[in-house]
Amino acid sequence: MSILTWTWILTGISFALYIYIAIAARAKTTGDFYAAEQSVPPIMNGMATGADWMSAASFISMAGLISFLGRDGSFYLMGWTGGYVLLAMLFGPYLRKYGKFTIPQFMGDRYYSDGIRVLSLMCAIFVSFTYVAGQMRGVGVVFSRFMDVSINTGVIVGMALVFFYATLGGMKGITYTQVAQYCVLICAYLIPAIFISMQFTGNPFPQLGMGSTITAEGAALLNDPSAQGKYMLDVLNGIQKDLGFSAYTEGQRPRIDVFFITMSLMIGTAGLPHILIRFFTVPKMRDARSSAGYALLFIALLYTTAPAISVFARTNFIKSIHNVEYTAAPSWFKNWEKTGLVGWKDKNGDGVMQIAKGKWDDPKTANEVKIDQDIMVLANPEIAKLPNWVVGLIGAGGLAAALSTAAGLLLVISAAVSHDLMKAIVKPNMSDKEELWWARGGAGVAVCIAGLFGIYPPGFVAQVVAFAFGLAAASFFPCILMGIFSKKTNKEGAMVGMAVGIIFVASYISYFKFVAPELNNKDHWWFGISPEGIGTVGAALNFICMYVVSKFTPEPPQEIQDLVGSLRYPGKLTPPPSVH
Amino acid sequence: MSVHATKELEAYWKENLVIIAVHLAIWFFVSFFCGIMIVDQLDAYTIGGFPVGFWFANQGSMVTFVILITTYVTMMNRLDKKYDVHEG
Repeated sequence: MSILTWTWILTGISFALYIYIAIAARAKTTGDFYAAEQSVPPIMNGMATGADWMSAASFISMAGLISFLGRDGSFYLMGWTGGYVLLAMLFGPYLRKYGKFTIPQFMGDRYYSDGIRVLSLMCAIFVSFTYVAGQMRGVGVVFSRFMDVSINTGVIVGMALVFFYATLGGMKGITYTQVAQYCVLICAYLIPAIFISMQFTGNPFPQLGMGSTITAEGAALLNDPSAQGKYMLDVLNGIQKDLGFSAYTEGQRPRIDVFFITMSLMIGTAGLPHILIRFFTVPKMRDARSSAGYALLFIALLYTTAPAISVFARTNFIKSIHNVEYTAAPSWFKNWEKTGLVGWKDKNGDGVMQIAKGKWDDPKTANEVKIDQDIMVLANPEIAKLPNWVVGLIGAGGLAAALSTAAGLLLVISAAVSHDLMKAIVKPNMSDKEELWWARGGAGVAVCIAGLFGIYPPGFVAQVVAFAFGLAAASFFPCILMGIFSKKTNKEGAMVGMAVGIIFVASYISYFKFVAPELNNKDHWWFGISPEGIGTVGAALNFICMYVVSKFTPEPPQEIQDLVGSLRYPGKLTPPPSVH
Repeated sequence: MSVHATKELEAYWKENLVIIAVHLAIWFFVSFFCGIMIVDQLDAYTIGGFPVGFWFANQGSMVTFVILITTYVTMMNRLDKKYDVHEG
């Protein structure tokens, strides 16, 4: 069977499964809709969190991105996993003990202020929309590349599916579909990686394969008999140097920038509302801890495989294209040329493809080959000559990754509107049933807006992803942390801290991304910290402001201090009276 | 709730904070210290085909993160029992 047929079959089966789950797990109360009635087993919550977390970008683009960055790419790997250690120890269990439904609600209650609740809900909506825009586009892109339909048709199919299970099932429906989506996406990611690792190194674990020696079979695939017996990474480093790049295992970026980006991504992760609310769905505090552990384990399966894929794919790609006559180019190259992800321009007129440093369409460089980062995952199975069903899996996996993340984000938006805005501020005495309708309506409207972003992608989407992490890092992370670990932090402190954090990060990023993009390089950054890493500084400013302002303003009322105390202990104990 | 129970709970919270501090120190050590700050120095050594610093940045830190959460969960479950605050 052809790749196209396999893709249709595997995607069809997975979609049918998602729809079945959505009908079986539909929400009846607002408790169901916002927090799946707090009945999700930790291992399931771990899978759902994993699917929630791993987006279209993680699945399709990350390995390719790393293959161009070499060791510097590790800020994505560490940054997007390290936050879970913080979640498990600093946030998850205590938010579960609090037990309500949304992050703006926690912020409003802890800092006894509707103003903070509204500020938080605006932040949550902004961060989630920034993120979701890319997901719907991702759905369309996967559809168009694997199934020969237009991007817009793909976006609309994706919208219809998410609309169906998000409005029907709420958190409950989303959680159980995400469990299925996790299984689909992780299989789709690991199976090709295992095959490729076996081919090149004979090691079934790609994580170890990337540090192993190349077998005779692998050397034959690379058309380089001399590679046999050499370490994979040494061969890649050699290729990189021959072509004028720096060695793969060496870093280029200043270490201070890598440090700040990694920190910003870690604390940004721990401050993202769609991840935080997952901890409301488990039965007990200890389940919140262990579900963070499961989540990280499931995420690390993909994140430790990604650098291996990038090593294998980059080696394989260069070896099978560089210095090869175009007429003799492998069939996958010509197939993917149609999508514009790879391309060739014969600058020196010799009919042979040459890879070198620089842009392929810049006549001044010797590089003749265009390599889009996404090709490393999308075409990898074909490049490694794997069976067609493996290639078909990639499509189903990419869709699962994009859809699951989109659904989790849409739920945050819908809950912010129905629970934090309508129920809490605008119409406090509405019934549970009415609130449920607002929640479903909110989810529906949010899906449509996200779909529009997918069909008419605003050019700035890629630019503003730094915003999502920077804002989460500078606003939610410090306020939630102090909210749990310091009884004396008060609403004035939180207000000033949040405002300073948000304004600082927003101005720094806007300046370098929109106002003066030509200055966006390390000579102009403050202390060499790029806009991607500035969230760390924003968070630090937020902490300092909170501490100082809280010192000089009245401390929080006794019942708030008791609430904070009660978050720290499991069980249904009455809050201990404060000891002065 | 008696004064004694309050003291017990404060001791529980203190022990929790110590456990968190130790785990965060290891978290910082494997990622920020080994994976970023002294990565070039560590790269002078290799394990199998991996330069050591590169391995921490690409694999080791993530593996350690998983182990860290596992030990935190285990230690906290034990602490919950010790102070008799465990649920169900």
